[in-house]
Amino acid sequence: MLLNKWLKAVAFTLLCVTQQAVADLTIEITQGNDRATPVAVVPFAWLGQSALAEDVAQIVSDDLERSGLIKPLSRSDMLSLPSQKSDIYFRDWSLLKQDYLLIGQVKPSVSPGMLTIQFELYDVVRQTRVLGEVISGKPSELRSRAHYISDKVFEHLTGIAGAFSTRLAYVTVRKDASGQNKYELKVSDADGRREKSILTTYKPILSPAWSPDAEHLAYVSYETGRPAVFIQNVYSGKRRQLTAFKGLNGAPTWSPDGNKLAVVLSKDGNPELYQIDLTNYKMKRITNHYAIDTEPEWSPDGSKLLFTSSRSGGPQIYQLDLVSGETERLTFEGNYNARARYAPDGTEIYFVHQKEGIFHIAAQELANNRLRILTQTPLDESPSVSPNGSMLIYATQEGSRGYLGAVSVNGQIRYRLPSQRADVREPTWSPFLTN
Amino acid sequence: MEFKKYSKTLFFGATLAVLAGCGGNAATQEQGSDSASDGQVQPVVTSDGSNTDSSVNGEQMGQDAQSMKDQAADAMAAMPEVETVYFGFDTSAIRDDSREVLDLHVAYLNANPMQNVVLEGHADERGTREYNNALGERRGNAVKSYFMVQGVSADRIEVISYGEEKPAVIGHNNAAWSKNRRVEIKY
Repeated sequence: MLLNKWLKAVAFTLLCVTQQAVADLTIEITQGNDRATPVAVVPFAWLGQSALAEDVAQIVSDDLERSGLIKPLSRSDMLSLPSQKSDIYFRDWSLLKQDYLLIGQVKPSVSPGMLTIQFELYDVVRQTRVLGEVISGKPSELRSRAHYISDKVFEHLTGIAGAFSTRLAYVTVRKDASGQNKYELKVSDADGRREKSILTTYKPILSPAWSPDAEHLAYVSYETGRPAVFIQNVYSGKRRQLTAFKGLNGAPTWSPDGNKLAVVLSKDGNPELYQIDLTNYKMKRITNHYAIDTEPEWSPDGSKLLFTSSRSGGPQIYQLDLVSGETERLTFEGNYNARARYAPDGTEIYFVHQKEGIFHIAAQELANNRLRILTQTPLDESPSVSPNGSMLIYATQEGSRGYLGAVSVNGQIRYRLPSQRADVREPTWSPFLTN
Repeated sequence: MEFKKYSKTLFFGATLAVLAGCGGNAATQEQGSDSASDGQVQPVVTSDGSNTDSSVNGEQMGQDAQSMKDQAADAMAAMPEVETVYFGFDTSAIRDDSREVLDLHVAYLNANPMQNVVLEGHADERGTREYNNALGERRGNAVKSYFMVQGVSADRIEVISYGEEKPAVIGHNNAAWSKNRRVEIKY
């Protein structure tokens, strides 16, 4: 009877793995940058028969605009729509005060079922081509190809690696028809599109964490009636339960080499940090303190762990050197600092900081311990940094609805990704995709 | 009915625990040095169901307690109606006004030695989720200690923390928060 119920639960989970969610997150840019580089992204010409499912240039334009560093020209202001060099009148584009011009073409490839996409970026002032490439893909891969183009253009114009081809994972909660809370673990593109549910359960899900190869998520699910850490392949849906100890099983994060998971267990009485070697499942306790130790995070080089501890009273952020074994307190401003994440270059940390009863996302440079507050909404949490280090995604609230916000690490650029139907929380930005 | 539900949960928990290999980890129940708590975990493959047909006998938590005679003598204590006690912000200290409720539960548990109890610890929404999970557990453990001091054995008590995941009252104000910082005593 019980086993039967469990098997049904498993089958249900499997079903949901392939289910495409209906509602995508939408993006609303709330604060841009006045000095953004003006770029005209001209609609790409389509040289085939039936209409394409995706507007490649629009996807690129939206990506670049969301970065805040580039200001795409509105299509209605364009005087012509060139798709090859011979059609470009550079004078028109300089009159429109555009620094750069992106044009392109999509056409059926000689390989059946494939498309060829050609794009070129021109410097309007110098009237020269500065970037150009011919790529191919299936019609179903057009969004991915568009994000690839965004990455290339963005990197050329800003010197920062583009992170448009990356993904997000997050948890949504929605009441079903019977009034029960339905929790889903979802993954989407970095722009909130192509959302897919990879786990559905009626018990809480929290703390999703990407593996360094961006193929797996570790997370905490209460589906067994108790918190437990699971690891799931986001493509196949195949998963395994890693821990089922008495007490807390939480806050999983991956070591940079992907071989270890740091977790929090309270099986010995107190919440302590442990590391689990995923090659042989050997476990080692890392902290030993009567206070709360939780929310571990590996440094980019794997030699240190950030964590939250109440050993000085309220929660503060500490850094443990895994080589020397020494622990150092990093935060001193305010009485609540928790759940820190490193910048990809390891020079600063992002965390939840309380000031006058408001929970903000804050940054602190490690060289000088200078703290700066990045967000102003009252219940901000779960900051996660993009792999190129330029943006943070975090969870916040409006009314009774949770949604995702994004802010640049310098605080200048903001956008939000609300969902029309669900409470959204626990965002985590994937590493760069390896394939 | 309630008890039956709980014993099923127990059995399920035991199944998972054994599948997870905790049973083979001699160190899992030990307190103390880092080396004593080093151990090994085996993953439970759940997506294909291949391991879920393992049949596991035995209880995780002992139910050997007093004799039937003792039980019959004390069985008159009724299950308390109030099942929730509340806490202050960022603290797991038992409030004085909770003691009366807790004492009723102690009396009930002492009168019904076969009865196990689950203490569900909760936090309000402020702050981070995993820290709140730890805080919820602290609150559950505070109630557990209160019960143990008055004679309820540890193996009859399970603490499960839900942190801020299951608020009793929805709302972003002190009234809601004070109702959400709680421990629910479940049989």
